[in-house]
Amino acid sequence: MMLPQLHNGRALPLKEVPELTAPDFRAVVLERVRRGRRLCSLFGMPDGDQIMLVALLANDAQGALELCRTRVAERYAALTPEAPQAHWFEREIAEQWGIVPEGHPWLKPIRFHPSYSRRDAWGREKGTPIEPCVTDYYRVEGEEIHEVAVGPVHAGIIEPGHFRFQCHGEDVLHLEIELGYQHRGIEQALVGGPNPRTVHYMETLAGDTTIGHATAYASIMEALGDVTASARAHALRAIALELERLANHTGDLGALAGDVGFLPTASYCGRLRGDFLNMTALLCGNRFGRNLVRPGGVRFDLTPQAAKELVTRLHKTFEAVQNAVDLLWETPSVTSRFDGTGRVSREDAARLGLVGPAARASGVSLDVRSDLPWGAYQSHLLPSVTLQTGDVAARAYMRWFEIQKSVEFITDVIHALPAGPVGQEVPPPAREHIAVAMVEGWRGELCHVAVTDLQGRLRHYKITDPSFHNWFGMAMALRQQQISDFPLCNKSFNLSYCGHDL
Amino acid sequence: MLRMLRARLKQGFRTIAFPDKPPTLPQGYMGRPQCDAGKCAGNCAACIEACPTGAIARRGDTLTIDTGRCLFCTDCTDACPTKAIQFTSEYRLAARTREALVADGRPHVPAQVLDEQARGLFGRSLKLRQVSAGGCNACEADTNVLNTVVFDLGRFGIQFVASPRHADGLLVTGPVPRNMELALRKTYEATPSPRIVVAVGACAISGGVFAGHPEVHKGAGEIIPVDLYVPGCPPHPTTILDGLLRLLGRI
Repeated sequence: MMLPQLHNGRALPLKEVPELTAPDFRAVVLERVRRGRRLCSLFGMPDGDQIMLVALLANDAQGALELCRTRVAERYAALTPEAPQAHWFEREIAEQWGIVPEGHPWLKPIRFHPSYSRRDAWGREKGTPIEPCVTDYYRVEGEEIHEVAVGPVHAGIIEPGHFRFQCHGEDVLHLEIELGYQHRGIEQALVGGPNPRTVHYMETLAGDTTIGHATAYASIMEALGDVTASARAHALRAIALELERLANHTGDLGALAGDVGFLPTASYCGRLRGDFLNMTALLCGNRFGRNLVRPGGVRFDLTPQAAKELVTRLHKTFEAVQNAVDLLWETPSVTSRFDGTGRVSREDAARLGLVGPAARASGVSLDVRSDLPWGAYQSHLLPSVTLQTGDVAARAYMRWFEIQKSVEFITDVIHALPAGPVGQEVPPPAREHIAVAMVEGWRGELCHVAVTDLQGRLRHYKITDPSFHNWFGMAMALRQQQISDFPLCNKSFNLSYCGHDL
Repeated sequence: MLRMLRARLKQGFRTIAFPDKPPTLPQGYMGRPQCDAGKCAGNCAACIEACPTGAIARRGDTLTIDTGRCLFCTDCTDACPTKAIQFTSEYRLAARTREALVADGRPHVPAQVLDEQARGLFGRSLKLRQVSAGGCNACEADTNVLNTVVFDLGRFGIQFVASPRHADGLLVTGPVPRNMELALRKTYEATPSPRIVVAVGACAISGGVFAGHPEVHKGAGEIIPVDLYVPGCPPHPTTILDGLLRLLGRI
């Protein structure tokens, strides 16, 4: 069956998205996943008394997206048994709308909130208190098997989550991750918007990805308003997005060094991360890029003086990062801890639908910037590079590689900075449309899907942070590892709790 | 080894002189907002309507801005037809009471020091346990930054510790989702008395942009008593450090 092709950052009338019967929907999605398409989003939204399921598939090779939908009343045959990358989405659908994906192998809540509809997938009475992470866990039994529970409050300055390890001695047989402590109800609060809070929700979905999520949102509103941001605005957004990547990747390399007790790089990178944040502040006054990206463009222009200063600081900081990071690869006590630790195979990464540097480190070639390019990434091409080992070393080296490429990219974009305005008015959103925007944030693919109602208000807004795909990858990485390597493996993914919990 | 030493030399000395010297803040830094009553047209509500968190209210012929709710987003300055609202470069935003966070035209009084007994206990050594309760990782990140060589928190005797049992107090970020309420309460109870609580960021003070959601509380103060409020979204690290040092009487 043919599905309409949609480009990244475009909208189309909802009625043009084919509505299939539930069995056809299942068959079409599974057939495409078998042929290598990726499930970027799969979500439910209320439609009368029923729930409309929408699937967004990426055809990375052709740079196109495909949408299809169906309607279900109470249950449908789960996709997960044949397409494991659907597993978390189907748990989300069950929790949000009380729809049961029949045959799902591990159907549990993911955020621990009451259902948004009158149904409940687990048959709980309305009003039953829901305690976060109080649920059944996968258990290994046998002599000398023990269970270790960690969190929600962790030892460092870090967000809350619960980790349950099944161990035999020091070896982890299985790790189960339960989240939901950070759930703030953002998707529900977006319905009926946009309003003065909307863009601020985007900037605080995951504070370390302020630019990424704000860019996806701006792209959605521009698609619905049928305008394009100016070339200059796109260039400034891309510079900010790469600075966000530089700050976080540098911080992560420092933290990885810290987790194996190699303090020089830990100490230097901690400082250098701040230098990149201060470059973002040079663009807009805020270290996290708050208030910079807005529908229609960006709120602050870059003066020639500031551009010059940015390039100077960028290269100076990059030299210091190189100096700090080179020590990692030269120090046997570091490489011996990185090499072979927390391995995720290429096959697992692809089947689970991992994204971002974690997927690329396992040999899965995908990067929104090169596969579904938007804005400045259409004219300044970035190579998509993969590594094969899928271990901590590969995830660390992937960051270093991306740091180098981001510095080159920013330099190129600044030197060819287009002239023109940086902002424009965006007309009200088109009615009964669906828009899709994808951005390669520093953790990987950010996917936003918006559906408007008869008045052009947001009827539904679906956010998929890369962490949503990748938390399970982290659980896989821990299998047959020493439990003492958990902090190292965790940091090598460095996933977002609030980006997942929304 | 030689390479490591060479790298050390190249990286240089990076600790800032603050608080002995004023901090370097980014150009365009948005600090404490203020309303110029002379410029305010008085008969419009553009800023009040534009504010995403309801931080602005009219009191007589002037406006009050609650920095405990403010996201420092400048939506109000964009909306104001007479440019009566301004974000100053004042970074000393922390206060000991919720009321002192409201900018109402009177001179701003930075946070006051703890009482004599508490200062005697914590003044030279303060161990804090950080609890993220719905924080978006921005307040967390700019708190964590205090541990880097740039701010070198250790030189003031302040340290973040891994267990509430080892702590003199909590530093809370985020609006406190209902799903984190019990964990926050238990962490507080596990901290030996006397203990202090620092609420960092608009969310932890008032619920921030999430205030009013059924899924969250309106900040840490709804669950546990707060001794120091540090406004911002997120606050600049210097603002957090300034607040902590004032609390301990070190500034």
